[in-house]
Amino acid sequence: MQDVVLALLAKGPSYGYELRQRLLTALGPLGSAVNAGQVYVTLGRLERGGLVESTEVGQAYRPDRRVYELTAAGHERVATWVAEVDWPKPAPAEFHLKLTAVATASLADPVAVADSQRRELMRRLRDVEQALLAESPQSAASLLLEGTVLHLQAGIRWLELCAEHWGKRKASR
Amino acid sequence: MYGHGPSLVRAVDDVDLEVSAGETVSVMGPSGCGKSTLLYLLGGLERASAGEIQLAGERVDRLSQARWARLRRYAIGFVFQAFHLVDELTAVENVELPALLAGAAPRRARQRAADLLDRVGMADRARHLPAQLSGGQKQRVAVARALVNEPLLVLADEPTGNLDTAAATDVLRLFAHLRSAGQTLVIVTHDSRVAATADRLMSMRDGAIVDQTRLGPRPSTMDNLVASVGLEEAP
Repeated sequence: MQDVVLALLAKGPSYGYELRQRLLTALGPLGSAVNAGQVYVTLGRLERGGLVESTEVGQAYRPDRRVYELTAAGHERVATWVAEVDWPKPAPAEFHLKLTAVATASLADPVAVADSQRRELMRRLRDVEQALLAESPQSAASLLLEGTVLHLQAGIRWLELCAEHWGKRKASR
Repeated sequence: MYGHGPSLVRAVDDVDLEVSAGETVSVMGPSGCGKSTLLYLLGGLERASAGEIQLAGERVDRLSQARWARLRRYAIGFVFQAFHLVDELTAVENVELPALLAGAAPRRARQRAADLLDRVGMADRARHLPAQLSGGQKQRVAVARALVNEPLLVLADEPTGNLDTAAATDVLRLFAHLRSAGQTLVIVTHDSRVAATADRLMSMRDGAIVDQTRLGPRPSTMDNLVASVGLEEAP
């Protein structure tokens, strides 16, 4: 979230309300996940870390508002973040080891464990897909949902392979 | 099971499947698990060597070929992976064909076909031949055709199997509409996206149903979504 808020400020000085609106546009139906407080809390943290600075700006008929802008260190961190090729960690290793342990110690049927995980991913896929079908295909949020669909599909495909593999092991024992 | 004697194939064995009116069920499983055979048995395109099939409370597995053909015409709509449109007929002619075969008046059949093409977003392509349509458009025409006689049951075999992602999404949207419209639907597929449009998911392996689960509707969809897209870790 810190990196995201910093990057939103790269365009120029802005204030909390406007930053939150930009987040909401990008997230569409998922915008409700980001509450108003989160943006302000993050801005406070960034300011204490010396990545942004703020000034109070008076408004004629409304309360003053705080305008934030990036410091030199903030600009540098945004550049680093943009150049990063980091990727959210996929889950296979842990689940793979879980199935192995389950099979080795006969804790449960590994096929059943894979199947129940697959059921959960199918339910999530349905949720995401319903949200996707409700979005206009041109919206930025539909791209986010599309990415989630592909991710879930890969997981489901892999869990099918897991069930197949452990099913064969069971049959040959 | 179908065939007999030494050629008996146990493609589907000991499968117990009940689909309520207005329910959509998807059947998933690897190639060769028997899911297509199951669909063909339900549609009378294959004969089971044992077991019982009922449609709307009536036993149909012992019907003659001719009675099955009639039943398929009036009560069952099919959607296939390879579309199976008649190449020489336009989209609207393909859609009205089953209605004409069932004895509908030509004008009524044409009207119904035109309405359905409109419903699947293909009204402007009604006079096109299949060769002038993309894969996704052909499948939408095929879905309209499956619906023309207002079937009790629609059976779909890998409906997105030959389609790219964008075309598959159109077909997916169509199936989601059918579900909300209360069309009874059985979809056999290995595409998890299509399978996820159903109310209930069955998984097949080696000719048997090994797993089943209800997919929806689920409460608090938005909370579930937030976890799925990776937003839950925001501070």
